[in-house]
Amino acid sequence: MRTVRRHGAGLLAWFAGIVFFLPIAWMALTSFHSEADAATNPPSFTAALTLDGYRAFFGSDGGASPWPALANSAVASLASTLLVLLLALPAAYALSIRPVRKWTDVLFFFLSTKMLPAVAGLLPVYLFAKDAGLLDNIWLLVVLYTSMNLPIAVWMMQSFLAEVPVAVIEAARVDGARLPVVLTRVVAPIALPGIAATALICFIFSWNELLFARVLTGVVAETAPVFLTGFITSQGLFLAKVCAASLVISLPVLAAGFAAQDKLVQGLSLGAVK
Amino acid sequence: MTATTAPLTRTPVRAARRPPARLRAWATRAPLLPALVFLIAVTQLPFVATLVISFFDWNALYPKARRFTGLDNYRQVLTDADLRHSVWTTVLLTAAVVLASLVLGLVLALLLDRRFRGRGIVRTLLIAPFLVVPVAAALLWKHVLYNPEYGLLNGLSHYVGGPQPDWISRTPLLAVEVSLVWQWTPFMMLILLAGLQSRDQQQIEAARVDGAGDWQIFVHLTLPHLRRYLELGALLGSIYIVQNFDAVFTITSGGLGTANLPYTVYQSFYQAHENGLASAAGVLVVIGSLVLATFALRVVSSLFREEVSRA
Repeated sequence: MRTVRRHGAGLLAWFAGIVFFLPIAWMALTSFHSEADAATNPPSFTAALTLDGYRAFFGSDGGASPWPALANSAVASLASTLLVLLLALPAAYALSIRPVRKWTDVLFFFLSTKMLPAVAGLLPVYLFAKDAGLLDNIWLLVVLYTSMNLPIAVWMMQSFLAEVPVAVIEAARVDGARLPVVLTRVVAPIALPGIAATALICFIFSWNELLFARVLTGVVAETAPVFLTGFITSQGLFLAKVCAASLVISLPVLAAGFAAQDKLVQGLSLGAVK
Repeated sequence: MTATTAPLTRTPVRAARRPPARLRAWATRAPLLPALVFLIAVTQLPFVATLVISFFDWNALYPKARRFTGLDNYRQVLTDADLRHSVWTTVLLTAAVVLASLVLGLVLALLLDRRFRGRGIVRTLLIAPFLVVPVAAALLWKHVLYNPEYGLLNGLSHYVGGPQPDWISRTPLLAVEVSLVWQWTPFMMLILLAGLQSRDQQQIEAARVDGAGDWQIFVHLTLPHLRRYLELGALLGSIYIVQNFDAVFTITSGGLGTANLPYTVYQSFYQAHENGLASAAGVLVVIGSLVLATFALRVVSSLFREEVSRA
């Protein structure tokens, strides 16, 4: 009885996994179909495969090339992630290894800023950017994404740095190691996987962001999600192209997410769950 | 960056003559300051500005006519039928998505907590929806699944001779909700799975030895243990989904009664240029979120203190 039930649970889990993955699998399959085969009812599962959807997405059909948008997204995500690390690492250090007084209060202040909806600050940011001539400038998004991800990064890294045993640091100090040596030789190796996961999660959030990018960028600095909004209204046969575009633009996030899989939940729950 | 913080933090340990206590306290604080100052400047100042603007009658197309109106914008927001409707839509959307994805996430977490062949693969398959760019996911549902003519849902229904409805125009809010549940269930599953795996296995074994069945163990041991993880998932999920813009913007463009508050804020200043009204709506979103956030902070704090005391 027990074995039957265990196998039953396994089968059910497999079934659920396949159901949840089905839309993505179907999107992938459709992206390799010709437009004529993509838009059929009933669906054509066995139609010939082609790269036309991808060619169309990358501009072979005379549409706008996605490369500038992808490059903008890469700049916004990578630069803001780097900036987040530069700001969050010292802060996390001051909240874990050498804690300031009332460090939990400071930690919770960081968290509370994340809980205010970003949309409420959008208008002043827009007016400021307009006055300062920063509209349609990718570096404005870099600054904003940094502020969005900073609280998450501080929380995550605080919890990762707190895992470094104090005794090990003390021992290195007693042996006469100076702080830079302690940081690079003792703290970094232990905390590095956590720091990497933090970076990946910040990258994902920046890459995904739509609202601010949509309002604050135009032709020059548009990001990949904004480029995707061009597909909201359908015109003609474009299903394979939409699928190709969605997949290509999601690939960096899928890659980063699977790479950070083990630490994903810790980041998303702001370090509350390990 | 270690180069800039190092001399400051090193002094207390290395210096022969110890600097005064106040200086040392600042040296400990120094690494924290850049992040704090940056965060306050970029996230807190705009909120203050929003609050100020919300008291003005200010249409960006007629900047000369800007004037102080006190609480007039709030009165308008709260009495305007469309805006009131968007408050209701936000509540409905958030509650439905959070509850459904929490229940589904719990079922999936319980399934994944057991050992079976290919568990890692199934886990990966289940996480994938969360790792699709939200706009891409919304496009996928809108065009590839929901489309009445060539969408997969009607395509599959065709095989069994089922109906061919236009999902989005028939049940617009539900269409948005289902796509969000699909994306957020993995999030809930991950949090609950972490909760399940932090259970006290010895306690469960002891209960089993004492003759407790699976159901009894679930109700009396697992659920109480999971309570705070459920709370955490619900609150974090609410905080993220209250702010949802991508799905509403993409699937229905705020039409057919699906405009939630973030979409309304976006629309009232980006399309209608009503800065004052948009700000008042924004302040209302903040107040709603503050209520949620107070509870969320309490839950995070209790989990956090447990972690710290365990360490």
